[in-house]
Amino acid sequence: MPIQANMSADGQVLTIKVSGRFDFGAHQDFREAYERGGLSPERYVVDLHDTDYIDSSALGMLLLLRDHAGGDMADIQITHCNADVRKVLSISNFEQLFTIE
Amino acid sequence: MSSVSRASATDLGPSQALTVLIADDNPSDRMILGRLVEQLGHRVIRAENGREAVEQFARQRPNLVLLDALMPEMDGFEAARLIRQDAGEDLIPIIFLTSLSETTALVQCLEAGGDDFLTKPYNPIILRAKIQAFQRMQEMHRTLQSQRDLIASQHRNLLRDQELAKIIFDRVAHAGCLGAPNLRYLQSAFAMFNGDILLAAYKPAGGMHILLGDFTGHGLSAAIGAMPLAEVFYAMTARGFHLRDILLELNHKLGRILPVGIFCCAVLIEISPGKGLVEVWNGGLPEVLIIGPQAELLHRIPSAHLPLGVASAERFDPNPVVLSVAPGERLLCWTDGVIESRNQAGEQFGEQRVMAVLERQAGLPAMVFDALLEDIEAFHGSPEDDLSLLEVVMGENGIQPPAQRQLASDHLAAQDWQLSYQFRAASIRKHNPLPFLLEVLMDVPGLREHAGSLFTILTELYSNALEHGLLALDSSWKRDSAGFSRYYAERNRRLQQLDDGWIRVSLDHRPLAQGGELLIEVEDSGRGFNPPVPEDSTDGYAGRGLALIRALARDMSFSPAGNRVAVVFEWRLGHTREPLKN
Repeated sequence: MPIQANMSADGQVLTIKVSGRFDFGAHQDFREAYERGGLSPERYVVDLHDTDYIDSSALGMLLLLRDHAGGDMADIQITHCNADVRKVLSISNFEQLFTIE
Repeated sequence: MSSVSRASATDLGPSQALTVLIADDNPSDRMILGRLVEQLGHRVIRAENGREAVEQFARQRPNLVLLDALMPEMDGFEAARLIRQDAGEDLIPIIFLTSLSETTALVQCLEAGGDDFLTKPYNPIILRAKIQAFQRMQEMHRTLQSQRDLIASQHRNLLRDQELAKIIFDRVAHAGCLGAPNLRYLQSAFAMFNGDILLAAYKPAGGMHILLGDFTGHGLSAAIGAMPLAEVFYAMTARGFHLRDILLELNHKLGRILPVGIFCCAVLIEISPGKGLVEVWNGGLPEVLIIGPQAELLHRIPSAHLPLGVASAERFDPNPVVLSVAPGERLLCWTDGVIESRNQAGEQFGEQRVMAVLERQAGLPAMVFDALLEDIEAFHGSPEDDLSLLEVVMGENGIQPPAQRQLASDHLAAQDWQLSYQFRAASIRKHNPLPFLLEVLMDVPGLREHAGSLFTILTELYSNALEHGLLALDSSWKRDSAGFSRYYAERNRRLQQLDDGWIRVSLDHRPLAQGGELLIEVEDSGRGFNPPVPEDSTDGYAGRGLALIRALARDMSFSPAGNRVAVVFEWRLGHTREPLKN
């Protein structure tokens, strides 16, 4: 299961964990992870600990999540990126849109 | 008996009723089986041997064939082969009728192309079950075939759409000057449909704008995004807008029309050879390199901005890196296809390999582009993956738009007029008035040919008034490359804070016998400065603007306070149709 979503017990934080390649193939699952059941968490965490690779369509998906979570008001953390993933995010200057750890 | 089977016969709708070919040389067997099949609601065709079966099949195209294995003239095995051949893509189940029960004989039936067998004497229940099973299989086969045909025809349509889109796109994209002698580029044949785009256009005052972009996504969606990108880029460049104005508009336009999640990573470049400047804005593409006359690395310009179409207007930063460059220096840039192209072992080409090429070509900068291409090709074995690679050679002073033709009779309408505009702080902060002024001037027939020179003069006068008059910037900072960056960063900071002051531009045009005379006056509310004497002005990076104006205009004079400059530009109707050389 390449994408898993977990809501914190208090319903405040939705954590989406992506494993393997984060590319166009993950589109449907990633979208379902945050759209399912009309969730409305305060914060989102995208955990890329087990992600080996991301491409530009993954960047697009992150923007979709950001839009869903309120655009400029969204609170989204991207965590545990490996060096390659981190590089792709920083070339695109996604630090300006997301909190990247 | 008959009442039961009649009832089941009427159960079959016309679509479920089959035409069944029965071939058996034994008349009584043929009759028994024929009747059983008819009672199941199907139509029966009869044949007495293999040859007749093949003929009947060709003539009546039954849905199902029941073949006796052993028959005179042609046996069932041979008939099965011929029927298979005739049926082609259609799935026609062939069921062998046999009294044989030896395993080898049954295997032989299947090997001859049979799908199943029925052993005599016939059991009506098994017969019915088998016919139904094959009917379902046939149904499935037909569905598959029609879906396959649908996919094939949609694929053909898609390819045709893409070809058309590519033709339209090529016409838009090639409106520019990609063929200019200072540019070299490679775009793989599929580049447009993996979303890479390359545009170049001459600026009216000489020099050029270049855009290398990479859309997320593939195919038509990327191509559709490329169209407005190209249009805005060409239209605004032709009207004399600066890189930052074009960037603001591109970001705004793409943000408005592209769905969230689709965007364009891009590098935009403005070269101004007259001033020895290059401006580079990198939003999401790999580092842009500038290399020197020994192919040594002079500058790296990493991505410092969000891609186009992502950020809101308030968040978007259109300020490029400004560098001084010397003629013969080269700028290299590429989309991520180059760095990320992988070899069979899954390794990426990576930046180290690019640097290795630079080292190998030390002293031969003109060979770097080809060497890079060769290495990339050798690295991953197939040159057809998506990649775009661009080299820009910084010119001496020559990057000029081709001369525009004009009819001498236009001069008859030469005009006699004067206008004056005063731009105040709020509008200076947000707008660049030069394209507007240039448009006014271009309405004078005959002046269009001198757009380049006029635009240069206006630009220099306006930026002097703004940068030195209103923003009180010290041009001595521009003596080295680090100073350049500091100068332009400070310029932007002070411009954002500007809330007082004005710049007045007056234009006064009089027709002369063979052309006209344009008086341009630019005055600002600043404290003024000591105009440099011509001998000093060629020193270092500062003062080049004034030297340029002196070269283009008949006369230039400063007010005593140094906050008003008057320039006289005299133009003649060109008889030679040659562009003016600086």
